[in-house]
Amino acid sequence: MATEALGWWGVPLGILAGTLRGSAPFLFVSLGECLTEKSGKINLGLEGTLLMGAMSAYGISYLSQGTVGEFWAPWLGVLAAGMAGMFLGAIHGWLAQQPRVNDVAVGIAMIIFGSGLAFFLGKPFIQPQAPQLMIFQFGAWSSNPAVQAALKISPLFLLGVAIAPIMQWFFRSTRWGLYIRAVGDSPEAARAMGISIFKVRFLSIVAGSFLAGIGGACLSLYYPGVWTERISSGQGLMAVALVIFARWNPIQCLWASLLFGGAQAIGPAFQSVGINAYYYLFNAAPYILTLVIMIITCSPKRTLVGAPGALGKDD
Amino acid sequence: MALTSSAAPNWLDRWQRPLEAIVLPVAALVVALLIFGIFCALAGANPVAVYGSIYKAAFGSWSAWQNTLIRASPLMLTALCTALPARLGLVIIGNEGALVIGGLCAVVMGLSIGTSLPPFVGQMTMAIAAIIGGGLWIMLAGALRHYRGVNETISSLLLNYIAIAFMNHLVEGPMRDAEFVTKPSSAELTEALWMGSLPGSRIHYGLIYGLIACVLAYVLIQRTTFGFAARTAGGNLRAARIAGLPVGKLTLAVCFLGGSCAGLAGMIEVAAVQKRINESLVSNYGYAGILVAFVSKHNPLATILVAVLLGGILASGGILQRSHDLPDATVLVFQGIVFLCVLFSDSLYGRLPWFQEKSVV
Repeated sequence: MATEALGWWGVPLGILAGTLRGSAPFLFVSLGECLTEKSGKINLGLEGTLLMGAMSAYGISYLSQGTVGEFWAPWLGVLAAGMAGMFLGAIHGWLAQQPRVNDVAVGIAMIIFGSGLAFFLGKPFIQPQAPQLMIFQFGAWSSNPAVQAALKISPLFLLGVAIAPIMQWFFRSTRWGLYIRAVGDSPEAARAMGISIFKVRFLSIVAGSFLAGIGGACLSLYYPGVWTERISSGQGLMAVALVIFARWNPIQCLWASLLFGGAQAIGPAFQSVGINAYYYLFNAAPYILTLVIMIITCSPKRTLVGAPGALGKDD
Repeated sequence: MALTSSAAPNWLDRWQRPLEAIVLPVAALVVALLIFGIFCALAGANPVAVYGSIYKAAFGSWSAWQNTLIRASPLMLTALCTALPARLGLVIIGNEGALVIGGLCAVVMGLSIGTSLPPFVGQMTMAIAAIIGGGLWIMLAGALRHYRGVNETISSLLLNYIAIAFMNHLVEGPMRDAEFVTKPSSAELTEALWMGSLPGSRIHYGLIYGLIACVLAYVLIQRTTFGFAARTAGGNLRAARIAGLPVGKLTLAVCFLGGSCAGLAGMIEVAAVQKRINESLVSNYGYAGILVAFVSKHNPLATILVAVLLGGILASGGILQRSHDLPDATVLVFQGIVFLCVLFSDSLYGRLPWFQEKSVV
């Protein structure tokens, strides 16, 4: 491998490359979850949404390559992933708001349903190769192939980076952002303002699931760029923890996603310089990191700073 | 309307609530079956034939019943891992991880015992190791909840992935059996430690373990002061604290018990089915157990029934693939539909006109 020429420098470079590649799904899913949780409901089912998004993106990209061409087919796939996410989000948004129904339980059910549906419909797409999304080559200045490989950046990643500040502005400065925050922080006040709680939450969940679906498209059309049943391995769930860590702030979701993407890249980076011994333990790094972060940042005595007031309560 | 209600016999009023608690989940299952039928029809299979195949593969013959019961026993145990903490108001979904840790502890214990102990004692030692391992694993999630306020649903789920990664690390490295080339695995347990079958069948003794655990759990939750304290804390945490209940100890104890059940399921799987530990142990019994717990409304006795039902559905996965050309994920889709329907049926309690309390005229 080319990284061997770099010796130990291959490790930080590999982690950087993995961060740029691997953080895109985290970014989209955490932004989607952030939007959902701001309205006062939790969507644990984003794991299923992510898988469904990955499958639809790959499938549509494969099926449409003949009609729209190699370039546009993956973009159509990204759109399909978002739509698939919205479909699952609509089920969650409606069911989780019924009386006596717990949104966490609905989330678990949606994980099973979403992943089942993705595996069911995705069976024919495991073998064929679908056209991948275009990539920006930011590493063309370097003659080192490892640097070039590391700086291949997906437009989806850049899109996600752009969405984070836009969402921040949306929450802070727009009427609809205010509605969502009002519904999430004090539903009574929102109801007094004449806002339909059901409608705002439903739309927030559907929009959040749209973003999570695109996160799935990042997995299957960019990195690792295949469709298998093990493609997500809990990233949709880590996003829930990641939002807590980011204190329900879209900009901090961006930093947290980069951190998680980096943690995920540790194992493969060490493997690329020939250290295989602890590969599986390094693969557990993102989960352990999530757990440690939650242990440090949570407290039994007070609610978290920035947590939407209605989160985890009935109604 | 008023006339008929006053004329309705008294027993109907008395049985209204229990009847509602039975009719609603059953109706949810029926609706789920109908939706699943539509789904199969859309996928190009004949729904009636699919129902027939599921019934035949699950409950149609003695051989089918054996397949069903073999799958039901780990489900009963993993379901308790969610059902017991749920009585305390905790949503624990670390079943898969506890199962893996239990299986791992059992295999480590079994390999180190070898043939030095009589088979029965050896198996009991393995079971105890699995119970302690799985119990401590879920107790960790409970402790984080109690002492640090960490959301137990997320932490227990993360523990699943950590447990699986840890097992993979061990079977790839320190515990790897170099002679077994199919997939990275530990060495095989000696035959003396394999779990036998019930006389005259292929069903292993795990079924007995599962039944005993469910009955014990029922007695513990419904008939003891410990269970009463746990249910009180689950109903109203503040009231329980004010009444002086040791909420922290209750949380740890209940989580330990739940985890130990899933750990025992892991021991059963390695001792009766796998005979060694490798990735095959991660076979979704944990996630299916969550479904069983929710469908049975966290009642350990109902868990037995639901586990048998779901065991039958899991047993029919192969036939759906062979004779209807449906992918094996069909079973997962069906589980998801059942779960969603049952959750929706929860919202109907007290809202259906037949079960509403009649106003006194």
